[in-house]
Amino acid sequence: MNKEERLIKRYKAEKRFQFYGKAAIFMALLFLVVFLTKIFSTGYTAFQKTWLVIPVNYNADLLYLDPDKKPTTEDINDADFYEFGIETFISLDPDASEDQIMELKKMFAFTFERELKYYLLDNPDSFGKTVDVKLTASDDLDQVFKGNYPRDIPENRRRASDYQLKIFDKLNEDGRVISEFNASFFTNADSREAELAGIASSFMGSLFSILVCLSIAFPVALLAAVYLEEFAPKNRFTDFIEVNINNLAAVPSIVFGLLGLGVLLAVFGLPRSTPLVGGITLSLMTLPTIIIAARASLKAVPPSIREAALAMGASRMQTTMHHTVPLALPGTLSGTIIGLAQALGETAPLILIGMVAFVNTIPGTPMDPAASLPVQIYIWAESAERGFVEKVSACIMVLLFFLIFMNLGAQLIRHKFEKKWN
Amino acid sequence: MNSVIFLTIVLLALSSYFFGRKKAILIQSNKRLTALPKFYGYYLAIWCGAPAFLLYALWSIFEPSIVRFFILSDYSSQGLLEGELNLFYEKVKSLSRNQYSGELTAELQRSAEKYLNFRDIAKWSKVVIVLSLLIASTGYAYTKISNNTKTREPVEIFLKGVFFLSSLAAILTTIGIIFSLLFQTIEFFQVIPLFDFVFGMHWYPAKAFVRDASEALDPSMYSDTFGAVPIFAGTFFIALIAMCVAIPIGLLSGIYMAEYASKRLRQYAKPVIEILAGIPTVVYGFFAALTVGPFLKDLGLSLGLEVSAESALAAGGVMGIMIIPFISSLSDDVITSVPQNLRDGSYAMGATKSETIKRVIFPAALPGIVGSILLGVSRAIGETMIVVMASGLAANLTLNPLESTSTITAQIVVILIGDQQFGDPKTQAAFALGLSLFIVTLVLNIVALSVVKKYREKYE
Repeated sequence: MNKEERLIKRYKAEKRFQFYGKAAIFMALLFLVVFLTKIFSTGYTAFQKTWLVIPVNYNADLLYLDPDKKPTTEDINDADFYEFGIETFISLDPDASEDQIMELKKMFAFTFERELKYYLLDNPDSFGKTVDVKLTASDDLDQVFKGNYPRDIPENRRRASDYQLKIFDKLNEDGRVISEFNASFFTNADSREAELAGIASSFMGSLFSILVCLSIAFPVALLAAVYLEEFAPKNRFTDFIEVNINNLAAVPSIVFGLLGLGVLLAVFGLPRSTPLVGGITLSLMTLPTIIIAARASLKAVPPSIREAALAMGASRMQTTMHHTVPLALPGTLSGTIIGLAQALGETAPLILIGMVAFVNTIPGTPMDPAASLPVQIYIWAESAERGFVEKVSACIMVLLFFLIFMNLGAQLIRHKFEKKWN
Repeated sequence: MNSVIFLTIVLLALSSYFFGRKKAILIQSNKRLTALPKFYGYYLAIWCGAPAFLLYALWSIFEPSIVRFFILSDYSSQGLLEGELNLFYEKVKSLSRNQYSGELTAELQRSAEKYLNFRDIAKWSKVVIVLSLLIASTGYAYTKISNNTKTREPVEIFLKGVFFLSSLAAILTTIGIIFSLLFQTIEFFQVIPLFDFVFGMHWYPAKAFVRDASEALDPSMYSDTFGAVPIFAGTFFIALIAMCVAIPIGLLSGIYMAEYASKRLRQYAKPVIEILAGIPTVVYGFFAALTVGPFLKDLGLSLGLEVSAESALAAGGVMGIMIIPFISSLSDDVITSVPQNLRDGSYAMGATKSETIKRVIFPAALPGIVGSILLGVSRAIGETMIVVMASGLAANLTLNPLESTSTITAQIVVILIGDQQFGDPKTQAAFALGLSLFIVTLVLNIVALSVVKKYREKYE
């Protein structure tokens, strides 16, 4: 091999190496793109809700009410809307057999009673008339309408029967199937029925957990960082604290769940499944993150600031509280937000302290049982029903939205308020 | 009630700040003070709030167990088991809240009345004692305030004390972790021999289902149930798969970022790759279970391979993607901190850029890179949700990446999800697994951090 050939080979190796690097970065980015596309493409349909608009005859006889008198609110509340609903569904197909009537009923969410009742309560004038009322479609038809559910497989492998699809198509031709923004996804609590399940309960659970976490972790971490950076003597014990903090930052999150279970629930007897316990567990987890960020920003405050304050006669405490800490606050805050964003996405420790309970009420305080957004993702992902897949993706989108929002907030605080020294 | 007491303490402490300051200002009109008036305020507020709050907190912590002791002291002589006593106490509590819907016995009724009675006494004596302590300490401090009382020093010492206590939070957390893990683990090893756990080849915790407490102590129930070898093997196997994905991609992109990338590419690509580290793991788990698992299965089918829908490959691969940014960022930092003169020396000898990287920079940065890889491994071992959702939950001892295996973390979740019965070997097994996880990750972290630290010191 002569000199030129060797040189060509070496240059080729150089090119190859560069290519590997580029390919590696490309792979990482490609995965992110595939991942986000997949989540968005499966999730966006969850923001639409399918309604069936059907003619309803609010006939007094069908409701067993007095036809000559306008019904009061109590009358309507006492009326039986289940039988009434069934009668209404039969009007869609008067020749329906017993079994087919049950299938007709299953085309609607089980809340049809309530929906029929509230329509009448809101529109008392429709009493005695036939009006169009929109009812929540069942999860299976919702998925069929959104195209997430194949129709061309044999009937026995399908959740929606041929009969239901026939009626559904007829309604669709008449323009009686409408799709609207799914507000109930944001206002409903969790439900066993995919078409009714919402994220309100888990959102509140996350909110409470994060607030508890913030109110414990931020003050404790800030004070701990101030102590270690400004007051702590250089000795073995201080070193020991530092080693502890660094190690805690890398302890797997599930171990904190075991801590919450073994200490907070078993020893202190705090209530299971509550955001209070979840928040405390998460705060122990975020503590090291915030301490490390706070210490870094305290370190970044130049000694000249402290010396100037001390020279003016301020005590160590005054120097720290009036000058050093305010200057370090932006960095600490942005570290705190990043720590909270981590805590918001955390699932495993919350599962261990029981925040996976099925919660169909919206928690009002941190002491009520609740789930959290990531746990809701887990619960729905484990559920077999097809309708939950889009819900999971939509829930992920909501969670990612908050995470991006928080991280941008942290960046903003850092760029806007942090002083650069040099 | 508790929050009322708490708020009262806070409000009284706040108002005593103003009293203290006012007194100081009055004194100031004819005598010279030794500190700013506000320190007199802080001084009084601390004397008012701190002792009362401390007593209040201690009382609240110990009250339930003391009340429990008094209620159950009537029955402790009857030779009941701990579990039965607990159950009885829970019944008493729910009866006293009028939420009890079981069989009513005279004993229960009497205890519930006694319970309510005790709670009442405890509540009111708490209020009286806490408030009288508050008044006494505030009064003492108020009379002590004069022109030459030292107030700034005690206030600052108090604050310093609070700061110090906060810094102990990290130690307390570590102690809490060790305490909770060790306590349950020791109980576990009293039933299951350590040897069976560490070297046992079969892990079927579901078999250890016990109907009542007397059965739970029979060790023959648990032979061949809690052998952790398949789980340890599964954990390291999945971590290995993850690192096979993460190390090449992470390291190469780290090197490219540090040595080749233009400023603009760095500016944009680096934070975008780091997004991968910020995505919650449950989201990765969902992605692995919904997309990657079925994709691999179909791919395997078309190649004539039998691939489980919940394969170790899917979980490990997705986990590897999650770890890419940890390795790429850290190795990027490490490579950038290699001194420029090493590069210059190599270029001067006629080496190309890639030769310099491979022969000079990489060896120089190796300790730091190893440290970053070890941190990645510790992440992979401790990762939970991806495995729970995408890999199997049955502990198979296998080295085939296309089959499903389980990990330490997944087993902890499987055992502890739902209601746990403390004192049951199954629950304790989860804590034993947790302890082994804690020890392994702790060792990895300590080694990794010290390697990285040593490396940093070398070039700084």
